[in-house]
Amino acid sequence: MKEGQQNLIDFMRQESDKILAQVITHIGLTFTSLIIAILIGLPLGILIARHKPLAVPVLGFAGIIQTIPSIALLGFLIPILGIGAKPAIFALFLYALLPIIRNAYTGITEVDPVITEAAKAMGMTYWQILFKVEFPLAMPVILAGIRTATVINVGVATLASLIAAGGLGEFIFGGISLNNTNMILAGAIPSALLAIIFDFLLSRVQHINFKKARIGRVTTSVAVIIAGLALFYLIPSAYAGKLTAGFTPEFMGRRDGDLGLREKYGLKIHTVVISDAIMYKAAFEKHLDVISGYSTDGRLKAFDLVVLKDDKHIFPPYYAAPIVSDGALKQFPQLEKTLNMLSGKITDSIMTELNYRVDYLHQSPEKVAQDFLIAKQLYQQPRNANNQGTVRIGSKIFGEQYILAAMYAMLIKGYTNYNVSTKTGLGGTKICFDALINNQIDVYPEYTGTGLLVMLQAPPQITDTLVLDKQKVYNYVKQQFKTKYAISWLIPIGFNNAYALMMRKKQAESLNIKTISDLTRYLESK
Amino acid sequence: MIKVENLSKNFGAVNAVDDISFDVAEGEKLILLGTSGCGKTTTLKMINRLIEPTAGKIKVNGESIDQQSPEQLRRGIGYVLQNTGLFPHYTVAENIAVVAQLLRWDKKRIADRIHELMQKLHLPAGYLDVYPNQLSGGQQQRVGLARALMADPPVLLMDEPFGALDPVTRFKIRKEFKDLDELKRKTIVMVTHDVQEAFDLADRICLMDKGRIVQNGTPAELLFKPADDFVIEFLKEQRLQLEFKAVCVSDLWEMLPSISLKEQTANISSHITVWEALEILTAQHKKALSVIRPENKEIKTITFDQLMHTFYQYQNNKTV
Repeated sequence: MKEGQQNLIDFMRQESDKILAQVITHIGLTFTSLIIAILIGLPLGILIARHKPLAVPVLGFAGIIQTIPSIALLGFLIPILGIGAKPAIFALFLYALLPIIRNAYTGITEVDPVITEAAKAMGMTYWQILFKVEFPLAMPVILAGIRTATVINVGVATLASLIAAGGLGEFIFGGISLNNTNMILAGAIPSALLAIIFDFLLSRVQHINFKKARIGRVTTSVAVIIAGLALFYLIPSAYAGKLTAGFTPEFMGRRDGDLGLREKYGLKIHTVVISDAIMYKAAFEKHLDVISGYSTDGRLKAFDLVVLKDDKHIFPPYYAAPIVSDGALKQFPQLEKTLNMLSGKITDSIMTELNYRVDYLHQSPEKVAQDFLIAKQLYQQPRNANNQGTVRIGSKIFGEQYILAAMYAMLIKGYTNYNVSTKTGLGGTKICFDALINNQIDVYPEYTGTGLLVMLQAPPQITDTLVLDKQKVYNYVKQQFKTKYAISWLIPIGFNNAYALMMRKKQAESLNIKTISDLTRYLESK
Repeated sequence: MIKVENLSKNFGAVNAVDDISFDVAEGEKLILLGTSGCGKTTTLKMINRLIEPTAGKIKVNGESIDQQSPEQLRRGIGYVLQNTGLFPHYTVAENIAVVAQLLRWDKKRIADRIHELMQKLHLPAGYLDVYPNQLSGGQQQRVGLARALMADPPVLLMDEPFGALDPVTRFKIRKEFKDLDELKRKTIVMVTHDVQEAFDLADRICLMDKGRIVQNGTPAELLFKPADDFVIEFLKEQRLQLEFKAVCVSDLWEMLPSISLKEQTANISSHITVWEALEILTAQHKKALSVIRPENKEIKTITFDQLMHTFYQYQNNKTV
């Protein structure tokens, strides 16, 4: 335990520059969006307090926006606003709107009508009543709304890293993908601290005696604090390079990723961090030029991208195979045999085709899986016997894993008496693997390269000897997983879903870039 | 001073105020009396345009009230509310100064006027910087009155000003208000549902029912010349006490026995009400009370029994 803590502190010290930069970006994102939300939400809240019939549609609309999952909202915004700070700020602005509008509305509405009538009877004008009476009396409620919005924004801003807007999410999501707890904490702790500190500061403002200090001073102090914090943020437009790369948080921290590209290729490219869910589309729409894709991804074909040749071999083979806990193999004697029915059946091109149907043609993974099994004459109607326990199948959150999980579910139902429950869409390697280790799932498809570099974190001297030979890698991870985790690698399915750098075909051709070395040379040339 | 002509207010299909007219002379205290929902508060609020009438005209000081902006109009008319309506985020001093601030008085003038009002209303200077919620109900009501009087408006509108107070405080503050010089000069329209209060403070009473004026007259007229059964019924329960209050000793003067002790000097005017005379007699355990008629300096000494007897005689003459 003590050692673990030491490691975290070391990690944070080592990465302090990065953490500081992320904190600044995070604060900037949070407060830039907050200012916009206040500038728009406050007048809107007051407006609907004055014109009650508008309250229902306005609050309803703001409420609906609040329920849109953040990552989906960010996705919707890419075609309109591209990637980076703009869509992130816009999305955060939308999330901050509801608490601000609702509290302004509630605050103004709850001012005692006797008091506003008195103000009117004393001869105050509409605006004098608003600014001298209603606004100061509603101030504590309004500030509570701004507090809520701030805390929400600090939280949601972690997701901004998925669309290349930076912030502490870079570490959090990188850490989740890389099975690196220190990295997660290096992002999560500062982000939690930010939420606590801002909440506390705003609570102090809220408790300033608003009677004495008066609206003017309270408003000015809040405005100064928030505007000051927003100034923290300078949209990273200083970059003047030729191409922009978008890498997933996982890729950023992997040796067979950004680290390897720098080390072995000396690649220097302006890089943003982005979620793989939207990376391909961003490349297709020319927001990005180079992305870190998967070689069997269906979108490769759909968006007309090409893979750059890994001429210095930093990407190990990633042969997919089901990995199963030894406990499950004992409990379900027929499981191994059933899962292995798929081994050797799916080649790279078949997998790409299947992915294409799911990722681009939007067919359901179940249908694609069933069609495939029927074509290979592996499909059998479910036995519906279901009396010998339930096999829990997991998958990571991308199409290929959904398809494989669906195939395994169908095979188990068709050939055994086991019941099946699927837990698909586990976000990232770490979550999937932790679920397996902690007996939350029994089996999921994993890739040999990932097992080697992410879970086992094999040192370079070992990886260098293995990297070129797919069988050696498989043997190494199989043996290590058995002894370290009591997890078995079954026979590989057949395809190699390797990491790869990709570019738009047209651009790559016009720049005459075929390999990663070509790319490095192009970027170095003036 | 205030002239109301054919005033009506409809809320949807409801005639809250139905074609009423009345005048208030300068310095007169007119009480709008009636049960809740009779239209008295609506009438009051139309005078300073908190409510705009459906039909009819109101003139204040000879000028129609829609000649100026509502804000201008209101700054020139004092307004006292039932629940004080003090601004919770303003100190006592700031509350009192509201209208003067709107009229852009300079600081010195504001400070002087606040000081003057605090003294007149028996508010200690230490209260200037406290907030209304730190004051008792009676004190809050005094601050509310001070706020209405700040700019020394000739006209004062009062909406159940004592309504939220307990009976003891209520009685005390009412008495203070009656004795306040500053109020004696004002033209006042006040709304109440409290019959005692109306008779206590009114020069004239407008008794209202269902949006109409049932009777507009002096307290004595309401008692002794009721316009209809509604008036009789409305005053029935408290009739005796009201009559004592509506009749002055001078009204009975000719009927009182002419006994006066030669050496006696009297400093009590015969313009006190019978009720007040009876109070003095019982409270001070006096056998007899000497009163002077200011018109001819005639002094009469009366006992409790004599006063009661004469009053009943007077009552019989009136009602027959």
